[in-house]
Amino acid sequence: MSALQQRISAARAEGRAALIAYLPVGYPDVDASIAAMVAAVEGGADVVEIGVPYSDPGMDGPVIQEAVDVAVRAGVGMRDVLRAAEAVAAAGAVPVVMSYWNPVERYGVDRFAADLAAAGGAGAITPDLIPDEAGAWIAASDAAGLDRVFLVAPSSTPARLRSTVAASRGFVYAASTMGVTGTRATVGDAAESLVARTRQAIADVGTDLPVCVGLGVSDGEQAAEVAGFADGVIVGSAYVRTLLEGRGPDGVRGLSEDLARGVRQRAGAPA
Amino acid sequence: MTTSPVRPPESRPAPAAPTWPDATGHFGVFGGRFVPEALIAALDELTEAYEAMKVDPAFLEEFAALQRDYTGRPSPITEVSRFAEHCGGARVLLKREDLNHTGSHKINNVLGQALLTKRIGKSRVIAETGAGQHGVATATAAALMGLSCTVYMGEEDTRRQALNVARMRLLGAEVIPVTTGSRTLKDAINEAFRDWVTNVETTNYVFGTVAGPHPFPAMVRDFQRVIGDEARAQLLEREGRLPDAVLACVGGGSNAIGIFTAFVPDEGVRLVGLEAAGDGVETGRHAATITGGSPGVLHGARSYLLQDDNGQTIESHSISAGLDYPGVGPEHSYLHDIGRAEYRPVTDAEAMEAFALLCRTEGIIPAIESAHALAGAMRLGREVGPDALLLVNLSGRGDKDVETASTWFGLGDREEVDPGPGLDTDQQPTEGAVSNDEAVAGQDAGEQA
Repeated sequence: MSALQQRISAARAEGRAALIAYLPVGYPDVDASIAAMVAAVEGGADVVEIGVPYSDPGMDGPVIQEAVDVAVRAGVGMRDVLRAAEAVAAAGAVPVVMSYWNPVERYGVDRFAADLAAAGGAGAITPDLIPDEAGAWIAASDAAGLDRVFLVAPSSTPARLRSTVAASRGFVYAASTMGVTGTRATVGDAAESLVARTRQAIADVGTDLPVCVGLGVSDGEQAAEVAGFADGVIVGSAYVRTLLEGRGPDGVRGLSEDLARGVRQRAGAPA
Repeated sequence: MTTSPVRPPESRPAPAAPTWPDATGHFGVFGGRFVPEALIAALDELTEAYEAMKVDPAFLEEFAALQRDYTGRPSPITEVSRFAEHCGGARVLLKREDLNHTGSHKINNVLGQALLTKRIGKSRVIAETGAGQHGVATATAAALMGLSCTVYMGEEDTRRQALNVARMRLLGAEVIPVTTGSRTLKDAINEAFRDWVTNVETTNYVFGTVAGPHPFPAMVRDFQRVIGDEARAQLLEREGRLPDAVLACVGGGSNAIGIFTAFVPDEGVRLVGLEAAGDGVETGRHAATITGGSPGVLHGARSYLLQDDNGQTIESHSISAGLDYPGVGPEHSYLHDIGRAEYRPVTDAEAMEAFALLCRTEGIIPAIESAHALAGAMRLGREVGPDALLLVNLSGRGDKDVETASTWFGLGDREEVDPGPGLDTDQQPTEGAVSNDEAVAGQDAGEQA
C-alpha cells in the first residue's frame, strides 16, 4: 500500500477523515510558500497537495489564479516544487504534487517521476490529465513507485468512474461540484452522491482506494460535513485566501487546526 | 516551380475525407483531450450528437440552406491582377470569405455548432473571441436561432476591436472582458472553459477554431472545409487546373484548415500557412507557434505552442488580434510534422504592407489576419516565378481593423496621406494612392452597408 493510501487509511482507523491541504509553490515567494506548507502540517494536515504554478489554470477560480499568477511571473519551476516536497516530508506529512499536465510534460515525464520519488513525493494529482491520455504517466509512475490521483466529477458516467478508479492509485479525487476551485457556502448533495457512486465503482473493480472530496470546503463545519461521507477532505482556496489576506503561516496553521477539528467531528451536520 | 497539368474537371476525383483524427481525436501524436473529467461527459455528448448529425439528411439540408440563403455561399473567387503585379508575376486568386454574412469565414462553423446546440437541447451558447469575428458570428447565430449568448473577450482585444464589441452587443450577446493573464484570446478561452464546466447542463461551448479538445478540431474542420471544397471546384471550373499553392493565415487555424482540407490529397498542391511573426520571430515578440514553438499541451489538446522552460505559456504578440494566440490547432501540427503543409512567419510590417497594397490596387480592405496570407503570396510568388497560380483565402474583411490600420499608417489627421511603411517598397503601386478623406469615407460606407 502506498504511503498516501496508508496515511488516509490510518486516519480512517482513528475514526476520522484525512485533511489534505493545497498550497501553490511560490506564493508569496518560494520560501514563504514552503513555510506555509509546514505550518499547515503543524496545524494538522495529513497530506499537502503541492501546487505547481501554471499560466493557464483552467480548473481554478479567482483566488488560486491570483496566487499562482504571482508564482508564474516569478519563474517558479519544478526545482522549487521538489524542494517543497522535501520540506513537507520532513515536516511529517505526505507530499503529493498537483500539476496541470504541460509543466510535467515540459520537464519530462520520466524525469519528473524519478525526481519526485527521490524528493520523497508520494505521487501527483493531474486535474487536466484523464487516464485515457495518461499512458506515459502511468508507465513512469509505475516505474518510480508513485501514486497517480485522477479526478472524478458529478458528470462522470458509471463506466468512466470504473475506468478512472482502475487507473488511480493513492486515492480518488472527487470534485464535489461542477465548477472551478473556490470557497462555497455549501458543499452540496452532489458530493455525497458522487462519493457513493465512486465507492461502488471501486467495489466493482475490486480495489480499496480511499475517496477524498475537493472543491468548496473552507472551514471546520464544512470539513465535518464532508468527513461524514468521505475518507479525506481537500481544502485549497481557503488556505490560499489566508495567504492572500497576508495572514501568513500563523493564519495557515490556525485554519489547519480548525479543519483538523472538523475532520474529527464527522458531524454530518450541514447548515 | 511545379505546375499541375491541365486536366478537365471531371477527371479529378472528388476531394476525399481526411483519414484523421482517430476515434479518440488524435492527429498522430497531436490532439486528444486534456481537460478536467467534469467536461468529458459534455464532450462525449457533443461527439455523439455531431456524428449523428453529419449523416442526417435533414440536418445537411438545413445547414446547406442556411449557408446559401443566410451566409451567401458559395463565396466567389476574385482574380486580383493589379495586386499580383507585386507577386513576381504569379497569378493570384482570392477566395472571398470576407463577403460572407458577418464578414468572415467564422459564420461557416458557427451555424453548424448552433444547429448542434439546438439538437442537444441546450439553450445557451458561450464563445471566446480574439478579433471579435467569431464572437460576432456566434452572437449572430444565437440571435437567429433564439439562443442566449455570452462571449468572452480579452480586455486588451475589446479595445483593439471595439467595433466588434458593439456589434455583438447590438446582436443581443453579453460580452465579458477578461482581465486575467495576458488579457487576450488565450485567457478568454480559459474563462470560457471555466464557464462551461460550471454551466454545462444548459450551455454549449461554440469553439471558434480547430483547436481545443476532441471533437472541436475535427468538427470545426468539417464545418469549415466548405471553403476548400468550393474553391477546388471553382478553380477546376474556371481554370481547368488546380492551384500551385494554397495560402491562408494561421492563428488557431480554422480558415486555413477550411481551405486546405479539400487539397490535402492533391500532392502537387503546396499548402502554405502564414503565421503571425509580430515584430519578428527572432525578437520573441510574435505568435508564430509552429515556426517558433514546441509541442506541448494547451487548451485541451497536444499541439505546438509558445512555452518557456517551465511549460508556462508565453504571451504572443501580433498586430492582428485574431492571430494573437500562442497555440495552434493539432491538425496543423500534424500536417507540419508529416510535411504536407509548410508554415512560414509574416511580420506585422509585411502584413500591413500587403494590407495597404490590396486596398489600393484592388479596392478590397482585408482583415489584418488575412493580410498575412496576402503577404505570404507576395513572397511565394516572387520565389516560384511567373505563371504560378496562387489561391489565397481572404478569410475576413477589414472594417474592424480601420482604427488599427489608420494608426499604423499615420492616417489619423486629415493631412495629405503618408504612404506609410506598407508602401515604402521597391515596387510602388501603379496608380496613385487614395487620399485620406476618401479612405475614411469608404470605410464608413462599408460599415453601414
